[in-house]
Amino acid sequence: MPSHTSPSNDAPLSANRRPAKAAAQKSGEESLEKFELIGRTVTIARPREELFRFWRDLKNLTSFMENIESIQVLDDTRSHWVVKAPAGQTVEWDAVIDEERPNELISWTSTAEASIKNAGRVEFRDAPGGRGTQVTATIIYDAPGGKLGALIAKLFQREPNVQARRDLRRFKQLMETGEVSTAEPPAAAPRT
Amino acid sequence: MRALTWQGKHDVRVETVPDPQIVNPRDAIIEITSTAICGSDLHLYDHYIPRMKAGDILGHEFMGRVVEVGPGNKRLQVGQRVVVPFVIACGQCFFCQKQQYAACDNSNPADKADMSELAYGYPMTGAFGYSHLTGGYAGGQAEYVRVPYSDVGPIVIPEGIDDDKVLFLSDILPTGWMAAENCMIEPGDTVAVWGCGPVGLFAIQSALVQGAERVIAIDHHPHRLELAQSLGAEILNYEEVKVREALVEMTGGIGPDACIDAVGMESHGMSIDNVLDHVKAAVGLGTDRPHVLRQVILACRKGGRVSIPGVYGGMADKFPIGALMEKGLTIKTGQTHVQKYTQDLLDLIMEGKLDTTFLISHRLPLEEAANGYKIFKEQQNDVTKVVLKPKVVH
Repeated sequence: MPSHTSPSNDAPLSANRRPAKAAAQKSGEESLEKFELIGRTVTIARPREELFRFWRDLKNLTSFMENIESIQVLDDTRSHWVVKAPAGQTVEWDAVIDEERPNELISWTSTAEASIKNAGRVEFRDAPGGRGTQVTATIIYDAPGGKLGALIAKLFQREPNVQARRDLRRFKQLMETGEVSTAEPPAAAPRT
Repeated sequence: MRALTWQGKHDVRVETVPDPQIVNPRDAIIEITSTAICGSDLHLYDHYIPRMKAGDILGHEFMGRVVEVGPGNKRLQVGQRVVVPFVIACGQCFFCQKQQYAACDNSNPADKADMSELAYGYPMTGAFGYSHLTGGYAGGQAEYVRVPYSDVGPIVIPEGIDDDKVLFLSDILPTGWMAAENCMIEPGDTVAVWGCGPVGLFAIQSALVQGAERVIAIDHHPHRLELAQSLGAEILNYEEVKVREALVEMTGGIGPDACIDAVGMESHGMSIDNVLDHVKAAVGLGTDRPHVLRQVILACRKGGRVSIPGVYGGMADKFPIGALMEKGLTIKTGQTHVQKYTQDLLDLIMEGKLDTTFLISHRLPLEEAANGYKIFKEQQNDVTKVVLKPKVVH
């Protein structure tokens, strides 16, 4: 990677004022500029190994990702995702795990046929001072309908940034406490 | 069951609502025997706190008997008497492990945490009956309540002790105690307390137990000052004396070593988009209440300590940052880490070192809760604390 395009700070890409542009510069892939990039880090007071193991078993993700209708594991690296979209619709795609470092990193990319192209990574790092694990999720995606699509999604609270924030909170709750916090009665409570 | 529900500004009603149910494994259901109206409930009554919904069940100071426990709760048993802290804390996150329970990162449901994260930079903790900013959890001014993470918060009370002696472990007693603890009291200290409501009165009592040489209490309601005096405080009626001058003179020109703001400000702008509205709504109080915090900071001695248990939610105008910095003051504040204090305070109650019953002026059946709110708001001199008894049928 040419050094003159490197970001000149230590912040994660998602904290950049223009995240997708920073990603494009960092990777040298100019085409990334037209995508949306979001990210979020939480500290979870559990060991890295435990969190990685839970996440790597992809069918577990439905227990805290509110927006996922279903995840079907096809083989060791491929999975089929059905995700809720605005106005009661769903979107589906296949994802392939293209990089995996045990207890450190899971990275995936949607296949070429995906209607919403997306890629992402979840990183697990030891938190300082025995505080557990810092989990960083970063997602880059092609907003349906471009900016307008992202706005509409936001109005329905299906905007990926909001979803990721809430999903990571629920992941933390589930891993630390064994349950997902809710004030709803049983019928309306989040599934776990 | 019957429960006190919020319907709108100055409109609360006891209605029949669905019984609570166990939702998560660590939940418990409590049958309420005593439940108090808190001064901070009046902020809801006055609709100063945003994110209320019609039908929300109020109440965060309550106790009762365990009638059901979830399968993941290894601590509570059906039949036990418990007092429940108003703060809901998971016991396992970074903050709970540091005993900063009022900063618990997990108890506010994920979808409710966005608003306070926007307003304060980080999301607030879950609490009972206190708007959807703190989770939208049903409160305890009801016959029954669901208690999440009930293997962490509730403290078991031995049989044979009156509810009235221990009920306030749920909020105001630990709040007054932590307010005094935040003063880091040293021998010979004079502590000044602004506001002789329930929290101020408990702060006075706590400061004396924690070793303060003198406590000076400031209010304008004669009966509340009388209660402060009966606890051992010297009193100042701010309608009659110039408070800062009095404090300087009474402390030989040094000033109080620590100052407690137990008044707070009703201009609660709990979220960015509400701040302006609330500032506007509070204009009538605007010259009065921020005046308390300003006066606290000016009156405190050089190198002294300021403790703020009084509730603030938004922004403060004309904050004396110069006095704060130049005098080298220490400020400690925050919602109460109730779970940290309940056992020690229960012990002090059992030993007779703390009394809380003097505060209660009214005991009413739950059905009369709406009137309880009305008199607590309108007759502050005489109505010092209202306790509702759901099991008492009138």
